[in-house]
Amino acid sequence: MTSLASAGDEAVPTAARPAASISTPATTTAGSTTADHHGARGDGRYRLLRVALQVIRLGPVLILVGLVAAMWRLSPVFLTTGNAGNVLSQSAAIAVLAVGQLLVILTRGIDLSVGSTIALASVVGAIVFQHGANGPVVIMVMLAVGAAVGFVNGGFFVWGRLPHPFIITLATLSAARGLALQLSGGQPKRGVTSIVKTLGGGSVRWVPYSAFLMIGVAVLVAIMLKRLVWGRWIYATGGNAEAARRTGVPVKSVLISVYALCGLLAGVAAIITSGRLNAGSPTSGNLAELDSIAAVIIGGASFLGGRGTVVNALVGALMIGVIRNGMNLLNVNAFLQPIVIGAVIVLAVETDVIRARLEERFRVRQAELS
Amino acid sequence: MSVALAVRGATKRFGAVLALDNVDLEVHSGEVLALLGDNGAGKSTLIKCISGVHRLDAGEIEIGGVPVTLSSPAVARAHGVETVYQDLALFDNLDPSANFYAGREQAGPKWLPRPLRVLRRQAMQHATTEVLDRLQVTLPDGAANVGLMSGGQRQVIAVARAAAFASNVVILDEPTAALGVRESRRVLDLILRLRSEGHAVIVISHAMDHVTEVADRAMVMRRGRVVGEEIPSPDSQGRIVALIVGSANEFADPPHHRTSPHGSTTV
Repeated sequence: MTSLASAGDEAVPTAARPAASISTPATTTAGSTTADHHGARGDGRYRLLRVALQVIRLGPVLILVGLVAAMWRLSPVFLTTGNAGNVLSQSAAIAVLAVGQLLVILTRGIDLSVGSTIALASVVGAIVFQHGANGPVVIMVMLAVGAAVGFVNGGFFVWGRLPHPFIITLATLSAARGLALQLSGGQPKRGVTSIVKTLGGGSVRWVPYSAFLMIGVAVLVAIMLKRLVWGRWIYATGGNAEAARRTGVPVKSVLISVYALCGLLAGVAAIITSGRLNAGSPTSGNLAELDSIAAVIIGGASFLGGRGTVVNALVGALMIGVIRNGMNLLNVNAFLQPIVIGAVIVLAVETDVIRARLEERFRVRQAELS
Repeated sequence: MSVALAVRGATKRFGAVLALDNVDLEVHSGEVLALLGDNGAGKSTLIKCISGVHRLDAGEIEIGGVPVTLSSPAVARAHGVETVYQDLALFDNLDPSANFYAGREQAGPKWLPRPLRVLRRQAMQHATTEVLDRLQVTLPDGAANVGLMSGGQRQVIAVARAAAFASNVVILDEPTAALGVRESRRVLDLILRLRSEGHAVIVISHAMDHVTEVADRAMVMRRGRVVGEEIPSPDSQGRIVALIVGSANEFADPPHHRTSPHGSTTV
């Protein structure tokens, strides 16, 4: 309220105000006085709700910090540079996928095909390499394969007027994996070009290149989401697609671009994965789509679209990485890992539900105060 | 006052149904016109034609004295006609300023394709604050997402958004339908302020008290036709209701009945 008033005062020259609105109708004056009066009394609860909502928004980051702190206490190895590099390089591919998945989930969609896209892009990249293509070409081809799968997803979803992207991405999940197996004869294609190997498996001292790639992707996408018109359109589409259409947002193009970019980022994840393996394998990226979805949700984005940031996706991916790595270090039965991850997902979704309920109360409170 | 919007001989069919039958409508700058009628009377069809959602089968629309073809909502908006539908079309996940500018973001530089332009967030924020301030809309937190605001605040934001971009006509579909007394008050005050700023306002409403309070003129539709016009006042409410339900003879409340010694003869 203060910011509104002060900004308004400097922004509106008095002369520009129509004479009629200077003479405030008596009712409004009365109304706002009552609001102030109520505000003084009800401020406590209002502020409490605000704080609670703020905590929930920061929740994933706090939990990640807590996890790291706990692991640091429990295991002497955890915070060594070697292990930190390990966690980063294991998380990088999921994180990059999660950033792409975030874009899709922001528009209320889902992309189940990213895991298979990794396999397809890896295999095609390896084949192209074996036919003598140089590094940059291999990378371009892998990215193009990823983007192409994403474009097919978006294209069918939008132009095929499918009710939900689940179906088409389920289809490409199957088809891309099959194509990867077909092209590779079911066997990993050994050997990748040196750039790919460096990006996926190399490191600067203890920091893996893939971590830089992850940060680079995250920063780039974060800027696009927050600063560019395109990003605003994504949030608008996810918040209210019908309203977006009516206000002139090119919803169809936005959706297609989002799936294409998600596919492209799956291509980036393929570079990391095949570099780590030093092979283009038709089985790599198996179930990675579920990890990426889990990362986005654990990070605190809403499955209902329109809410979520790149930081959410990164934090979610790192949390999965830390949980897996930590449980290995602590010699916890490996079969427990998926159960723990499952529990964390439920926790994250419940938090989102609580957030929605708090916001509802917040609304009611506002109505009472206004 | 100049004629902001004129509709002449508007006719619209949906299959066998004649939704609009030779409808004429005029609304002036600085005037609030109430559009009344029962469900299915053709009010919604009429405003959808004015806001570019439907196209007329016959008839013409003039905005500011110039004949126009409103082929899409975007074209209508470009002509300065803004519509607030009942569902408000707000983005709950965005703040008021992002809501104001959704689909028409201020961004640059111009040589880039539109999606890749950088948002001018400060400028949009300032302009939004200015409009809200001018319309004396106070929000507890101008930077909060619209989803965190009450029904009345949301309605006010939707109306203010329309007012900010409408150079000619603001159309409001049931602006107070879902609101409590106090929140309705705020919206009605806002409508009066739009009028004093020189906007032409068309309001669809079933709340007769609200119509009486803000509207300068009430136009009643029934079965796709304009069946009458009244100056809304406590006295004319009965006649307006009679026009709406379509049994003027039984329900009319002419002055001599009220003064008749036999007391009220109306039902």
